[in-house]
Amino acid sequence: MAGHSAQLDAKTLWGGKESPFQTSYGKLMMWFFLVSDALTFTGLLIAYGFTRHDSQDAWPIGEETFNSMPFLGHGYPLLYVALMTFILIVSSVTMVLAVEAGHRMDRKGVTKWMIATVIGGFFFLGSQAWEWSHFIHGSEFGKIELNDGSVAIVKGHFGEINSFTVIEAGKKHKAGAVLKEDLMHQFQHAAEAGHLEAGKIHLADGSVAKINKAADHEMKLIIKKDGKLHKVGGKEIKGKQAEKLYYEALYSGDKHRVIYGANMKQNEYGPQQYAQFFFFITGFHGFHVFSGVMINILILLGVLSGTYHKRGHYEMVEKTGLYWHFVDLVWVFVFTFFYLL
Amino acid sequence: MERDDLIEYSLHAHHDDAKGKQIRSKIYKVTLLLTIVTIIEVFIGATIKQSSDWWSAVKITFILLTLLKAGYIVMVFMHLGDERPYLRNIILIPYFIFVAYLIFIALVEGTAVGSVWKTMWQ
Repeated sequence: MAGHSAQLDAKTLWGGKESPFQTSYGKLMMWFFLVSDALTFTGLLIAYGFTRHDSQDAWPIGEETFNSMPFLGHGYPLLYVALMTFILIVSSVTMVLAVEAGHRMDRKGVTKWMIATVIGGFFFLGSQAWEWSHFIHGSEFGKIELNDGSVAIVKGHFGEINSFTVIEAGKKHKAGAVLKEDLMHQFQHAAEAGHLEAGKIHLADGSVAKINKAADHEMKLIIKKDGKLHKVGGKEIKGKQAEKLYYEALYSGDKHRVIYGANMKQNEYGPQQYAQFFFFITGFHGFHVFSGVMINILILLGVLSGTYHKRGHYEMVEKTGLYWHFVDLVWVFVFTFFYLL
Repeated sequence: MERDDLIEYSLHAHHDDAKGKQIRSKIYKVTLLLTIVTIIEVFIGATIKQSSDWWSAVKITFILLTLLKAGYIVMVFMHLGDERPYLRNIILIPYFIFVAYLIFIALVEGTAVGSVWKTMWQ
């Protein structure tokens, strides 16, 4: 918004005294910082693309990994991320409205829209925390190494585990006892350690129990690593055949056949780098959002105490606004390259 | 001592109520556009599978839509479109030179690394 200075000719602009950009020092430096920060994110996303290109079909697709909604469960591909994108866009809009109000010296307007922006920022951070927790925690099926050596991720609805019936007594549980607590956790732990065999679970106290589990629905295996029989990008394995292959492997009694969730060493979604890029890119962006919210709060305090009003202009709001829009801008790219493609 | 050689450029951005109304209506229009583009992207992403023949076209569509969104955010929300052309160029041109180079080098190196890996596994 160059305003009335638009008429200045090049000679005046570049002749000294005037800023050739007709901008204050602070705003110019904010722009330079944003350019360098944009280059950092560009580097990260290009590194992501490079690594993904190496792994080809083994790389997970966004809608395979991110298809859950809070309170609603599975089967909503990309909806949650779209919601997060929308939240961030809306908070960017409230920010630009705060800047506009500032240009009219409307202190009430600036306060109102800054509060809305801070709330939007917290909403986004909360969403990201939920998504991280969901990503780390993983699905109920996990990723499994099938008997032919191929590795598959599993989609579908996991039949609930109703109880364990103890058939061989251990130190703690007597034969015939029916266990009803902490079932899923024990089940997954046993699966990772190779303590599941033919529908039976070896519990930590040495007892053996029968697993009473409801049937799974619409199970589907997606191969992520070639084995002797099943290849990446081959025919989809569905239904009864998928269940047979999955449980053969799960109840094989071998260690490390199944992986649940994600950490820095392994993850159930695809190649190891996938989770590392997820943590780093969304984490780095999330940290930007977090610092953005903190800066917005500081600026809001400045607005409330009337510091900027006394100064005669709300340029501080505009400068933080630039940073906040930048965070939104980065998310637009992360959304496309990480989730959509 | 009060300095009289400093120019307060931030005052240039001030405007009256009528101009404000105009700017706000532009902001709402851009918001609507960004929302619609996001909905279209999610719709395409959820309906067309990566194994589909259309996927390469979908990929290009996604990238173009993203650049469209980014353009509106930078030009309207960040007011870069309203700044002086000097400022706009000094921000955009160096950035695009670096990014073009980075993409170029990533593609060249990626192809080289890919071919080495292929011969390694054979």
